[in-house]
Amino acid sequence: MSKPFVFEKPAGMRDTLPAFYQKNEEIKNTIKKEMESWGYQFIQTPTLEYHDTVGEASAILDQQLFKLLDMEGKTLVLRPDMTAPIARVVSSSMKNVAYPLRLAYNSPVFRAQQREGGRPAEFEQVGIELIGEGTASAEAEALALMTEVIKKSGIHSFTVAVGHIGFVQELLRDILGNEARAGELLRYLNEKNYVGYTSHVKQLPLSSIDTQRLLKLLDLRGGIEVLDEASSLNPKEKGKQTLKELKSLYKLLQEYDAAKNIVFDFTLFSHMSYYTGIVFEGYAAGIGAPIASGGRYDELLSRFERKAPAIGFAIRMDYFVEALGNKNNQMKRQCILYTGERRKEALQLARSKREEGGHVVMQDLSGVENVDEFSKRFDEIHYLIGSQQGEDIL
Amino acid sequence: MSTVLTMAMPKGRIFEEAVELLRQAGYPLPPEFEESRKLIIDAPEAGLRFILAKPMDVPTYVEHGVADIGIAGKDVMLEEERDVYEVLDLKISECYLAVAGLPDGNYQKAAPKIASKYPNVASHYFREQGQQVEVIKLNGSIELAPLIGLADRIVDIVSTGRTLKENGLIELEKIADITSRLIVNPASYRLHASRINDLVERMRSLVESKEEL
Repeated sequence: MSKPFVFEKPAGMRDTLPAFYQKNEEIKNTIKKEMESWGYQFIQTPTLEYHDTVGEASAILDQQLFKLLDMEGKTLVLRPDMTAPIARVVSSSMKNVAYPLRLAYNSPVFRAQQREGGRPAEFEQVGIELIGEGTASAEAEALALMTEVIKKSGIHSFTVAVGHIGFVQELLRDILGNEARAGELLRYLNEKNYVGYTSHVKQLPLSSIDTQRLLKLLDLRGGIEVLDEASSLNPKEKGKQTLKELKSLYKLLQEYDAAKNIVFDFTLFSHMSYYTGIVFEGYAAGIGAPIASGGRYDELLSRFERKAPAIGFAIRMDYFVEALGNKNNQMKRQCILYTGERRKEALQLARSKREEGGHVVMQDLSGVENVDEFSKRFDEIHYLIGSQQGEDIL
Repeated sequence: MSTVLTMAMPKGRIFEEAVELLRQAGYPLPPEFEESRKLIIDAPEAGLRFILAKPMDVPTYVEHGVADIGIAGKDVMLEEERDVYEVLDLKISECYLAVAGLPDGNYQKAAPKIASKYPNVASHYFREQGQQVEVIKLNGSIELAPLIGLADRIVDIVSTGRTLKENGLIELEKIADITSRLIVNPASYRLHASRINDLVERMRSLVESKEEL
């Protein structure tokens, strides 16, 4: 391996330049404000965690973890998601705070890229976790907040798909009779390989009714009517219960005025393996990957010895910024270009402009090599040059 | 309903077969449309836009979402392992992946060498067979490798077996049957659900009716 050139960065690492940074901040502030107004409190956790705790609990594949060794030789990871660190905090530093807890975060997470470029290895997430609440109200709150955040940030054309891991697992187990055979079909669904799923189902020694039930599962995508179609597959007691809960969830979402963009999709599987109940993803026009995703994870907290049901979602800031395109409502940049004899005047002008909220650069003329090039970067320039009084505005 | 779906297509023979399928499924595509040299072809009457790519690249375009749907060989899907939905077997361009070698080959070497255009498929397959092999990636004319001693065996697609035969190679093991598949980007699958479902269903009933013949 040759030494990197000075302009090179590790694969998947990106710089954020002013224009993108500002836009990102603006959108992020809108999102954070909304989450705070729903009573979520922001916390921060360390960038480095132990591989044995957070690394193991996280649903990110081991080969995607950035690992390093501490001075004692223990393996550390750069946090690959925020849900596992928050589960750790809730079970340790916040052990004595009673459930339910409403926490929020805004942090970069790190996932090494296996293949080519085009995807960042470090990206910023803003998200919430509602921990210690197992009811449909919690699910409605998380989904409604996610929908609200997408809307408030300015994305109008979007869809939120809601699936349920438990329902699908239960149905497969019920039809196939055992865990191993169900697991095989689940693997096809996880791999999004419907061709493999279909031909495998057709090979199984099942009644034609059961074969149809399994094939029908792939069509359970669409509006609220999908829940009735799902119940026509004759799920057992637990599955029926799930469908009832999803129906009431939909009603709650209507009350939140957040049902318009919701679709149900029982083929939705998340790559996050800790999800146990509903899972959901948000999609925006023109973006080829989910801009936000979340779900219920009722087992994760017990790994940190403070058992509780929980639900949460995370927003991908990079996709949000991309989805919002180049709508430019950036702050106007002003510059006061002055010479030494009028420094005092320039200072006064800068102070008053800054008090008005302006973004004002003060620049001594003698420190600029190419005045024309420099001036181009500003929307407004005030010249305080020479000994005459008054300013010229360009 | 007004959204135009972008469809990534492999250049060459599969494209022609796929265009024929789409026509039969009721998509009005202009005549002689498949003879164009353009890389992006619009078919506004059909509500489709085609991008023409190298077969190996089709799942890449679909995974990144610059194409909503695509047609890719199962060989490419196995090699690339992209995060896309494989929704329908189009049953066109049938062939299979196989291991081949010289008839008198000595396969008991300490470090057997395998040449292939599909290095992931090859190493995955031999691992599952409990064999440790060294895979050499080639981009074409794979049959050359055992003939001139670059590798002991090859992993490649076989359709008629003629190329193997003419070069004095024999098929040793079959790995998997290959046909072309309709693939879908996960976000598009939900954002443009009704258009994509419609396309998939039209293609499905066409493929099924052909099966019955």
